[in-house]
Amino acid sequence: MSHAVKDDPMSDIAEVRPLRIPGELGLWALILSDSVVFTLFFAAYLFDRGRHPKLFAEGQHTLEQTYGIINTLLLLTSSFLVVTGVRAVRQRWTTVAPWLFVGAIACGVGFGGVKFLEYGEKLSHGIGPGTNSFYTHYFTMTGLHFFHVLVGLVLLVLMARLSHRAVLSTKQLNFIEGCGCFWHMVDFLWIIIFPLLYLIR
Amino acid sequence: MSRTAELLRARSTMVWMALVVATLWSFWLGTDHGIASAEARSIIIFLVAFLKIRFIGLDFMELREAPTQLRVTFEGFCMLACVVLIGFYLAY
Repeated sequence: MSHAVKDDPMSDIAEVRPLRIPGELGLWALILSDSVVFTLFFAAYLFDRGRHPKLFAEGQHTLEQTYGIINTLLLLTSSFLVVTGVRAVRQRWTTVAPWLFVGAIACGVGFGGVKFLEYGEKLSHGIGPGTNSFYTHYFTMTGLHFFHVLVGLVLLVLMARLSHRAVLSTKQLNFIEGCGCFWHMVDFLWIIIFPLLYLIR
Repeated sequence: MSRTAELLRARSTMVWMALVVATLWSFWLGTDHGIASAEARSIIIFLVAFLKIRFIGLDFMELREAPTQLRVTFEGFCMLACVVLIGFYLAY
């Protein structure tokens, strides 16, 4: 495989890039608007928490912090695998790039597994989104985030499939970069959700 | 240098390691260690979280190489969201 890279003049150009938009502009509009929506959810959570401090403190105590930290580390690591995967795609390393995305998928599935355990425990104790205002926030925020994880997982599968190819068009490269950015957004939204729900007192 | 070493010899690798350390430190603080005041701990946790997001933006989403407007929008949003959330935390 390595001779193909040396013969490919594009591999040098891809590594030395001028200022450019990662993915495409439309995607950034989505990322920023999603982030604004989540920030409103976060602010609403803090507002309600201030009105019912005891209820929210009790609710927070029922959350398993270990699940939260495992999921944070899983998403951070998946993001790292995606960045490295995108680098491998640019270097036309078609044997390794798909596996890096598969690794990221495994982390994402692990995140889903932990969520499944967590939701399962709550539901088996008769706790649901309607139990009280804390759990309404908890299920809405983590549920909406989990929906993003599922969309991200589908995109990661597409990235893994595309990254097998020895030749990619600029459009396909942009698609891979854009999907990567979407996955990083999934990661950074969780980086706020985790401390907000599990850590701050 | 092997190809694997070359692939991993990137700023993003260092950033990932730093993010893991920052996450573990926040977790330690958040499980009632380190600083006596819960309020101070929480504010530090918020600041660390937004700092982590900034580095995810700059180094994972590659905004370091993006046009200034996009980078400034992202960093501006991070700062604004951080101030708003800490404000809400303290005010309510």
